[in-house]
Amino acid sequence: MTAYQSWGGYPKLAQQARLLRWRDAELPVPGDGLSVLPFGNGRSYGDSCLNENGVLLVARGLDRLIAFDPATGILRCEAGVLLADILRFIVPQGWFVPVTPGTQYVTVGGAIANDVHGKNHHRAGTFGCHVSRFELLRSDGARLVCSPAENQALFGATIGGLGLTGVIVAAELKLKRIASPFIAAETIRFDTLDQFFELSETSDRAYEYTVAWIDCLSRGRALGRGIYLRGNHAGPFCCAQPKIARRKLSFPLQLPFSLVNGLTLQAFNRLYYHKQRQRSLHANFYYQPFFYPLDSILGWNRMYGSKGFLQYQCAVPTRHARGAMREILERIARSRTGSFLTVLKLFGAATSPGLLSFPLPGATLALDFPNRGAPTFELLNRLDEVVLAAGGRVYPAKDARMSGDSFRRYFPRWSEFRRHIDPRFSSSFWRRVME
Amino acid sequence: MRKVLIVGATSAIAEATARLFAGNGDALYLVARNQDRLGAIANDLRVRGAPQVETEAMDANDFSRHRAMIETAIVTLGGLDVALIAHGTLPDQKACEQSFDETLKELQTNCLSILSLLTYLADHFERQGSGTIAVLSSVAGDRGRQSNYVYGTAKAAVNVFLQGLRNRLSRANIQVLTIKPGFVDTPMTAGFQKGLLWAKPEKVAGGIYSAIQRKKDVVYLPWFWRFIMAVINSIPERLFKKMKL
Repeated sequence: MTAYQSWGGYPKLAQQARLLRWRDAELPVPGDGLSVLPFGNGRSYGDSCLNENGVLLVARGLDRLIAFDPATGILRCEAGVLLADILRFIVPQGWFVPVTPGTQYVTVGGAIANDVHGKNHHRAGTFGCHVSRFELLRSDGARLVCSPAENQALFGATIGGLGLTGVIVAAELKLKRIASPFIAAETIRFDTLDQFFELSETSDRAYEYTVAWIDCLSRGRALGRGIYLRGNHAGPFCCAQPKIARRKLSFPLQLPFSLVNGLTLQAFNRLYYHKQRQRSLHANFYYQPFFYPLDSILGWNRMYGSKGFLQYQCAVPTRHARGAMREILERIARSRTGSFLTVLKLFGAATSPGLLSFPLPGATLALDFPNRGAPTFELLNRLDEVVLAAGGRVYPAKDARMSGDSFRRYFPRWSEFRRHIDPRFSSSFWRRVME
Repeated sequence: MRKVLIVGATSAIAEATARLFAGNGDALYLVARNQDRLGAIANDLRVRGAPQVETEAMDANDFSRHRAMIETAIVTLGGLDVALIAHGTLPDQKACEQSFDETLKELQTNCLSILSLLTYLADHFERQGSGTIAVLSSVAGDRGRQSNYVYGTAKAAVNVFLQGLRNRLSRANIQVLTIKPGFVDTPMTAGFQKGLLWAKPEKVAGGIYSAIQRKKDVVYLPWFWRFIMAVINSIPERLFKKMKL
């Protein structure tokens, strides 16, 4: 059965699935010794949400809200609830999720297990920083409430723990007050990588949300040019409620080849950079287009064709950030296998309770590459060299290929983490990096 | 605000439909076997905006409780505008072929219990002179097939019963809605390979909700099942009997 895939469409692995629907039920752990792995909404890119020849415990059916206090913004819900569902319900009441990744179609459990981050990392840290507690179900039937006060070791191991410590069945989140569903934003065109770092330093102090898009095909003097986006939640009475399209665009079919190739890449990157003529542009965005521009095209991952694509997101500590980012962008530009959307951002200093949490104070770069086989893997290995030398790390939630050796150097606390893994839980990612 | 009774409220399709009622600010009375699960759903619906959600644990096969359950629902909600019957099981056809006890049990659950509930509900709505009775049937009731004709028999009987009831209650201005979903990806069908024809429970729930709003009589969900079943029904029996369906 290949019904369950990761978002990158690579690798494609066969596994069984069991649906979870009731948080009071025991885990359906198979009697024949097969390993299990929770699966949320399949937005992890690589193989961290897959379990070849094992069983996926599909948690989307755990999608009930448990309690919401509109005075304090404390929300309790089951772990299969999507951020999209939460937003639809809380935004009209003047609340927002404290941290959101670039898609609203992730489950709460997945957001915890990958300790996701967003455009406000420099202010708010990761998703796990806003989880006050959760209920974890283990294969031996134990049902543990984990928080900074109870079962705190397991709390830290489960945040960013890639689903390996048990199934999160419910969680409590601290939401964030907003005065408007709009973001008052500014986009600024910049010409060099140095300008990006200067813009970030000034913007991160005054803006809650910051991120940059990079033209990854530019070289030489223009290397690292792009568009910087920064914004804050707008004040009350900012703007009229936009008409939301009832039907979303959707990329309907999987082609046998990728639409992302040298030609379309160059065209897209040039256009994106040049579409803004002014140096700076102010606009108010409704929260959906601001945070989730790609969500407006359902199934955009299909444009990469049946071979899928590989995401690569790395983080490099501040003191090596400029040099490493320059080196990485140069290696990518030379390879001419650039990425459609290249995103660059500075992480802040907030520390997550998660043992394997990905962000570190410094710069983070995310790219996606159509899967062209060996040359693509070769390029990514060459990027790993730079990240390793700079003392950085690569994001497991987006990975399908890093070596076990790299993983263990990126995440030196892996051996501490390993003690908390549920003995019946495993994933294709974990087996790969433990080889 | 409508007052809505849902029997079989822990089924995936019923739960998804209940959320649409809750989002509309309707009051709900939920009935199913498991009280803890009813509690989890009721909480969710309250958080989503239902002004009142009551629950009652009852096995639909306990016919003796049907009348009292409906009366309690009416008293607790202060009236009743919509009744949705959604409980059911997917019989093991092979087991039914080996044992009539098994067949009888499935007919109890998927047919007789529904007819019993409908008897009391019809009485209430007829006296009230308004309201909606909606029953989750299946495309399986449109034609008998070797792979699941016990289920099909139960659903076909329900369909004919509903036709008669619709005819009887049309003068009283009561909507009687027969809901015929095709393949739906729910825990009931967890063992099946899913293909293009499979729909999510949320999609079917949206169809149920809008069919109630639009006072429909019979609805296929998703809509294309009307054409699939038209084709299946048009095959002459002498050919159909040789097909593997």
